[in-house]
Amino acid sequence: MSEPTTSRTVTVTINGTMVEREVATSKLLVHFLRDDLDLTGTHIGCDTGNCGACTVQVGGEAVKSCMMLAVQADGLDVTTVEGLAGDSGVLTPLQRSFGEHHALQCGYCTPGMLMSATALLEHTPHPTEDEVKVALQGNICRCTGYWNIVEAVVAAGKSGSA
Amino acid sequence: MLLREVEYARPASIDEAIRLLAEHDGARALAGGQTLVNVMKARAASPDVLVDLADLAELRTISFSADQSALEIGAMVTSSQIVGSSEVEVARPILAEVASTIADLQVRNRGTIGGNICVNDPTNHFPPLLVALGASMTIQGRDGERTVSAEEFFLGVYFTAVGEGELLTRISVPTRSAGTGDAMTGITLGAHGTYIVSAAASVGSVGVRIAIGCVSSVPERATAMEQQLVGGDYSDAAVKAAAAGLGASLDPPSDVHAAADYRRHLAEVSAVRAVLQAAERARG
Repeated sequence: MSEPTTSRTVTVTINGTMVEREVATSKLLVHFLRDDLDLTGTHIGCDTGNCGACTVQVGGEAVKSCMMLAVQADGLDVTTVEGLAGDSGVLTPLQRSFGEHHALQCGYCTPGMLMSATALLEHTPHPTEDEVKVALQGNICRCTGYWNIVEAVVAAGKSGSA
Repeated sequence: MLLREVEYARPASIDEAIRLLAEHDGARALAGGQTLVNVMKARAASPDVLVDLADLAELRTISFSADQSALEIGAMVTSSQIVGSSEVEVARPILAEVASTIADLQVRNRGTIGGNICVNDPTNHFPPLLVALGASMTIQGRDGERTVSAEEFFLGVYFTAVGEGELLTRISVPTRSAGTGDAMTGITLGAHGTYIVSAAASVGSVGVRIAIGCVSSVPERATAMEQQLVGGDYSDAAVKAAAAGLGASLDPPSDVHAAADYRRHLAEVSAVRAVLQAAERARG
């Protein structure tokens, strides 16, 4: 029987590494990633679920980590922007495409953009411009005007794998 | 934003979830959390105990009823699941069409149909749609389960027929029969934003059902308009004539997005568009 508690041990596979931690049940996933695991690539933008800067993949799907409790990720795979290049430090084609297409200015939204676009490319390897726009609808950028971001994702799709 | 301290339990069965909801004051079911976590941040809701339904796999299925007359959608089915469901595509594609317009992909990946209708925010998509489709909801409690119609289900904002110690388990939507057409439309903030006014319509052999969203704390059936269309004349002129007076029959709120009078006008415009599109689809 499961009785209510205010703290709980969670086991989460983060960027391929299994992590077991005791967390407060009121802690948001984004705070768990940033404060407990020092994975500060995941950003907090609006903290109201609108901007998408906190997007990570949970169970292979893009989700907003400010609208999820850390305990809700128990038993699941989580990928953050730190997990894209991996330990080798070699950027993914999508990350290189962001650089080549000048798809970032201040960079604050970039981790979220990369995580949404990576999830898209995993499901739809060669997306059209419209498919990219739908996939990135939940990610707000206040610098670029979006064109270069959309071009970068479409180009990454044309060039092959994500 | 930090949440107020909250107790959390993750039951392994529906019975256990119902026991937890019944035994703890201030307990609330947690589905995808795409509304609840945000309102907890804003302190607009402060549940004492969250009962996370994540492990209840039986609430995540989409299937047909034994006699094939209804699509049975588990309360924990996400919008993304509805968008990708072959059962929905065959039996009631409007559900996928509407689900694909809810918020954004990240929210659709976690947000559930059960959460969407239990919140019953007046701007939500599923409440008016499910009223127009004549759906019914199954609610389970300690004494067994009961089924209520969509119109009986919605009682107010954050207020439904699901009582304390009860759980919404599934939504039954009649499968589409030949000659049926469904549509949902409305006026949104931006191309894909929140509804200011919405209208859902379902045209079938027995007439049309129309439900208006964002004009009251529950979806409003446009019964007078429905009655004027019983003859089955869905021409532009007939539908527009039937909508006359719908706005005046409503008492919508005024807010920063639209004054009450403008919402009355939009209700008529949206209802006309929804019925015309549903009728066109019914013709096939």
